[in-house]
Amino acid sequence: MEKLIFEKSVKGRKGNYLPALDVPDCPVEELLPTAFCRKEAPALPQLTEVEVVRHYTRLSRLNYGVDTGFYPLGSCTMKYNPKINEDAANLPGFSKIHPYQPVDSVQGALELMAKTQAYLAEIAGMDAVTLQPAAGAHGELTGILLIMAYHTARGDLKRNKVIVPDSSHGTNPATAALAGCQIIEVPSNEKGGVDLAALRAAVGEDTAALMLTNPSTLGLFETQIKEIAEIVHAAGGLLYYDGANMNAIMGYTRPGDMGFDVVHFNLHKTFSTPHGGGGPGSGPVGVKAMLEPFLPKPVILYDEPTQRYLLDEERPQSIGRVKAFYGNFGVVVKAFTYMLMLGGEGLKEASEKAVLNANYLMTLLTEHYDLPYAGPCKHEFVITPRNTQQTGVHTLDIAKRLIDYGYHPPTIYFPLMVHEALMVEPTETENKETLDEFAAAMTAIAREAEENAELLHDAPHLTPVSRLDETQAARKPVLRWKAQ
Amino acid sequence: MSFLPHTREEENAMLQAIGVSSAEELFRDIPRELRLNRPLQLPAGLPEKAVWEEVQRLAEKDRHTDNYLCFRGAGAYEHYQPSAVKHLLSRADFYTAYTPYQPEISQGTLQAIFEYQTCICELTGMDVANASHYDGATALTEAAIMAVEATRRNKVAVSALVHPEYRETMQTYLKRRGVELITLPYADGLTASNDLSSYVNDEVAAVIIQSPNFFGSIEDIGLFAEFVHGKGGLLVACVDPLSLGVLESPGRLGADIVVGDGQSLGLPLSFGGPYLGFMACKEKYVRRLPGRIVGKTVDRSGREGFVLTLQAREQHIRREKAGSNICSNQALCALAATIYLSLLGPDGLAEAGKQCLQKSHFAQQRLAALPGVTIPYAAPFFQEFVVKTAEAPAVINQRLWEAGILGGLELRRFYPELENHLLVCVTEMRSREEIERLVQVWGGDR
Repeated sequence: MEKLIFEKSVKGRKGNYLPALDVPDCPVEELLPTAFCRKEAPALPQLTEVEVVRHYTRLSRLNYGVDTGFYPLGSCTMKYNPKINEDAANLPGFSKIHPYQPVDSVQGALELMAKTQAYLAEIAGMDAVTLQPAAGAHGELTGILLIMAYHTARGDLKRNKVIVPDSSHGTNPATAALAGCQIIEVPSNEKGGVDLAALRAAVGEDTAALMLTNPSTLGLFETQIKEIAEIVHAAGGLLYYDGANMNAIMGYTRPGDMGFDVVHFNLHKTFSTPHGGGGPGSGPVGVKAMLEPFLPKPVILYDEPTQRYLLDEERPQSIGRVKAFYGNFGVVVKAFTYMLMLGGEGLKEASEKAVLNANYLMTLLTEHYDLPYAGPCKHEFVITPRNTQQTGVHTLDIAKRLIDYGYHPPTIYFPLMVHEALMVEPTETENKETLDEFAAAMTAIAREAEENAELLHDAPHLTPVSRLDETQAARKPVLRWKAQ
Repeated sequence: MSFLPHTREEENAMLQAIGVSSAEELFRDIPRELRLNRPLQLPAGLPEKAVWEEVQRLAEKDRHTDNYLCFRGAGAYEHYQPSAVKHLLSRADFYTAYTPYQPEISQGTLQAIFEYQTCICELTGMDVANASHYDGATALTEAAIMAVEATRRNKVAVSALVHPEYRETMQTYLKRRGVELITLPYADGLTASNDLSSYVNDEVAAVIIQSPNFFGSIEDIGLFAEFVHGKGGLLVACVDPLSLGVLESPGRLGADIVVGDGQSLGLPLSFGGPYLGFMACKEKYVRRLPGRIVGKTVDRSGREGFVLTLQAREQHIRREKAGSNICSNQALCALAATIYLSLLGPDGLAEAGKQCLQKSHFAQQRLAALPGVTIPYAAPFFQEFVVKTAEAPAVINQRLWEAGILGGLELRRFYPELENHLLVCVTEMRSREEIERLVQVWGGDR
């Protein structure tokens, strides 16, 4: 392991990034009351630039990214992130513009945002889009607040319950709770879809919304979606589409046509923007026309008479702002660039190949693993290991062993409804050899589980650290470095 | 431009293995009436060169800080970004990785977050920090929710001089939860402190103060902390981390939760995002802190390493009982801030802060000497200050803009009572010559 940057620090070392002060050097005590002045300097590292560069270069080499290798992390859509995206976001006309500079001087940025909104609306079958939410969960919150504003504006004040299936992402119920709603969880049926009888029993005059991912977290298309929409709409509720799995359906079907009223997009999944080790993402939200008045402000408008884009703050019914300024603009630039490259047909083809790759890999893997819910799958699928009772080898062991074979493991133990789940999403940008080699590794691991369980229990063997003690980390939290 | 690898032969072999005759067949579970039976109405795909020309065409429509002089801040600041920051961020092992769910192959991200948490604790004087939040506005909002949950009280008192967009964001989140926002009025460029007891009683979960505040003035955090603690509530401070090389840490002044936007630590303006929300608190609130937290532990051979920890707080475990819904955060921006702080070190950060302080005071003096310009507030400030003008601010700003200068923000945009007031920002980026140019054009001399 690499020492902490603080442990490499030597008092007195530094870089010089600024020219000397060229205005009169007024004593700080004359400018500020002593009580406001810092008494003790923060213990930040003291290093030269080369030391900092080497430190973080070495840290980067302890990581695994999409550029390192295959990353079949289900629900995360770890597709290739085209390099031109990065260059586009770094153009000074995008990266060096102030959010409060005159609107006439940011027409390029606004045009890019307006076009991105239009493309996303078309892809999802929605009437309007906001780019303000910074991530998927942030989009979910925005969407639920929009739905609540809609009910409230109609004087329909009883609606306080949000229905989520048991296969949903954890962010769905957490979002509804953050928005002050109560949560009703409905079970799945034997095919992995929504249990319609349970849904019928759950809806009522207090139903605000149903939140659904389609395809579901099992990677299965919810074929009953029209009926589901009818049940929820008939009860007076609205339908929220969690767009985490949008990569499966672009150009094939649209949430708006399925009956959804609100949708969020994960630009850092479907639209190829990199995940940055945890963010920044971007979670635009699309809505049907009746929800448009409630969108977060400001809204981008095109003013025909003056032929320019404007930021409209006069939105009396708006839910308000969900963050400062206009969203993670730099991320939006990358997604826009990606959409320009692929075009409408290319996006459809991306979905087609994502589904092809997933079904091909599912076919290969189910020779040695079980498939609790039958396909065809869409962009991802969920498998489980065989004979865990006899072998004592569990999903975690398989995931750790995959690391030794040079892969990032799939998502594990999710969805919660599947015991020992391995959720695999290959994405469309992987070639056949990669899928074949991954399947061979999984086959070899299945054999190892039968023959040499210890090998798996002790995996990974080839990483700078072996399995880490998470219990100790939580029981005696050490959350920062401290000077000795 | 396409990123799809399969040749026709490969695709045929794959279809055969699956047992279907075409990829279309894999979509047979989508009911016919739900299928989109027309092409998506997006422009046709373009080769990379044509895409580059199109994004360049758009970018060139915008005026940017390479070709104008920026004297505007208001929550988004132009500071110097050392080249090494951008170069290290562009290492693909950092930026193409997901959240570090598999610690054995994510020690780079995990250690960097641990170092980031340490930097934020050092700057703010807090015990623990999370791995980041979306931006200053959302971090502040979640801090308010933390305070409400920790005290089981339902009112939050927020200074009118907290960034207006942060307050609007807080309002959006809190009104659905039935939390009442009380606005503390301002006087003389600072949050008024003479009549606090009419706003803050023992039903108030937290007093929220920004310092430097939206007008650039430095608030007496200690005074508000003492008052709210006397009522059993918490003090939430929203700060600019770049100022903390010069200004006292909010922890020392009595803050319980410290948040803010880390954009000033080496992140580009980028039209308002992606920025960096940071959140730090005292030890006793750690289990209410939302978002990812990295902790140090050992592996099976006793080697030190890092993991995501205290995950029982989070949505993927607790679902509707989680304190927040946050999942993706701003990890790469947190890395940028960590690299920035490591390059500058304590001396470099203090130097940057000192230059902001000195240059903004120099600019204030020069502007105050112009006829028709007055300084309405005497409060101490860091890098932004308010000026009142006899001439209409829009006219002054138009004159400046035509001369390639982005002038101060017209405050009536957020404070309708402040006609003819401008909020001017001067960071370490501006040279004496540039400040003098501002003063010259402002005064009517082009």
